[in-house]
Amino acid sequence: MKPYLAYLQARFGLMLQYRAAALAGMSTQFFWGFVKLMIFEAFFNSTAAPMPMEFHQVVAYVWLGQAFLGLLPWNLDRDIQEMIKTGSVAYELLRPLDLYGVWYTRTLAWRTGATLLRSIPLLLVSGILLPLIGAEKWSLSLPPNFIYGGLFALSMIMVILLSSAITTLAHGSLMWTISGEGVSPILGAMVTIFSGMVIPLPLFPDWIQPLFSLLPFRALVDVPFRIYSGSIPLAEVSRELLLQAAWIVVLVAAGRRVIGRGIKKLVIQGG
Amino acid sequence: MPQIEVINLSKHFHVSEHSPGLKGSLKGFLKYKRSKVTALDEVSFSIEKGELVGYIGPNGAGKSTTVKILSGILVPDEGECLVEGRVPWKERVRHVGKIGVVFGQRTQLWWDLPVAESFALLKEIYRIPDEIFRQNRKTLVELLDLDPLLSIPVRQLSLGQRMRCDIAAALLHQPSILFLDEPTIGLDAVAKLAVRDIIRKINREKGVTVILTTHDMDDIEALCSRVMVIGQGRILSDGTLTDLRERVNRERRLIIDLVDGDSTINEPGVRLIRKEGHRIYLAYDPEAVPTEKLISRIASSCKIRDLYVENTPIEEIIAQLYRDMEYRR
Repeated sequence: MKPYLAYLQARFGLMLQYRAAALAGMSTQFFWGFVKLMIFEAFFNSTAAPMPMEFHQVVAYVWLGQAFLGLLPWNLDRDIQEMIKTGSVAYELLRPLDLYGVWYTRTLAWRTGATLLRSIPLLLVSGILLPLIGAEKWSLSLPPNFIYGGLFALSMIMVILLSSAITTLAHGSLMWTISGEGVSPILGAMVTIFSGMVIPLPLFPDWIQPLFSLLPFRALVDVPFRIYSGSIPLAEVSRELLLQAAWIVVLVAAGRRVIGRGIKKLVIQGG
Repeated sequence: MPQIEVINLSKHFHVSEHSPGLKGSLKGFLKYKRSKVTALDEVSFSIEKGELVGYIGPNGAGKSTTVKILSGILVPDEGECLVEGRVPWKERVRHVGKIGVVFGQRTQLWWDLPVAESFALLKEIYRIPDEIFRQNRKTLVELLDLDPLLSIPVRQLSLGQRMRCDIAAALLHQPSILFLDEPTIGLDAVAKLAVRDIIRKINREKGVTVILTTHDMDDIEALCSRVMVIGQGRILSDGTLTDLRERVNRERRLIIDLVDGDSTINEPGVRLIRKEGHRIYLAYDPEAVPTEKLISRIASSCKIRDLYVENTPIEEIIAQLYRDMEYRR
């Protein structure tokens, strides 16, 4: 484990150096957060019918989504893409490490490092500053109690592990498709829609809900954010967490298999 | 038993072909045409511990294919290969932990990290025990004069400085074999000399077996007791530089500065290569025409300002070997 931890630490430290990117990302995400809230408020005001979510839950869903956008597996690591395109990926094999482990660690550091810097200010502003200036309706409220808060934290750790597993699987697939031009946009679209990042999943029609529960993506956004706002009953939370864990196991196994086969192809065909 | 034993190693690659133009690309969709390229053709050699072997050949001859197979990141199609009793590609992770590899064209250090931090990360990756790491780092820093570089991020190093750091990085885990792939490429004269000096020291003082691929014949001449020449996937020659000279071209060069530029020299068994003003270049075979006799004959027939004798430059010998190979094909 130790080599991977050292690697994680180094990469994570590196990601924290990209402050300008974090600042740019943060302001974009603020802007989008407000736009989405305005749209949802207009929807909620225009109907008297009972909604599947309360407005404060939507607000929490939106702000958490904006804060943790960077954790989603919606894009690929440019360095790995480049490595595969130029064939220099073979040289990765010169290190006495397991390639899946290295790439997973690298992705983990990338996702968390890039997100940390922008999520904290977003949470502070939406949770503390907005209520102070009188915009309570649009501000991020706390979870109903400590239990939900703790379970949310646990669920977010699963999100990070799951997201890295999906990204690493996609990286592995590049060993066949070479250019990331195909995988990257498809993955991006699937992840943002099916996770609930674009529109909270409960607001979708009933007939599509079974599809959502068949895919791993809702465990990235919908599950943790609804745990946060308390809209998943405590009795069902453990089932959701187990499901998250199961997806992690399945996708890590799939990624390992894909990369293992990729290495075989690489060492036989020479990249 | 030799440290590295290679027997009848062969490797083929499949290259997809496309006919040119739009029509060709469309055809490529329907019919996939692939051709076979032989990178290694029954290559055999063995290397003893502590040797410093130069491995040379024209571009595409199979040098890097050999190095990749020996370092476990490529599987051959046929043949055997044992490195310290290990089959490199069958136990890659264990194998790469015991060898060092430096590619002149790329770095294994982390671009954004200071050199010292890259070293610290390598310590973890290679699971080097604290005490051994401290010792190795100290010796390498002294040997390669790295102290002033340790706190600088790799991207800010000059190519020569980076190469020194890369060589140190490849040796931190005390490998018994070091593969160097064009370590002097792109370096200026001073840095080249420094890198050569380092390679020699590592080989002599630490007893590390070094396999060096290069296009720079001065590297070979300065460093290698043994040279393997590969061309079109086959070993063309394997032995000392002297052997290679003997085999390919035994000629020596006599370069004379004449007082009178119009004099001509006509000696049997001597070939005029070229004439530049007062300077003439002659080639002869010292077995047939003894050097001292040749010089005294020339000195008695015309006025000489200066003269010196040299071996055929190794570049030309290699070029001739490559040409012979093309010709035989």
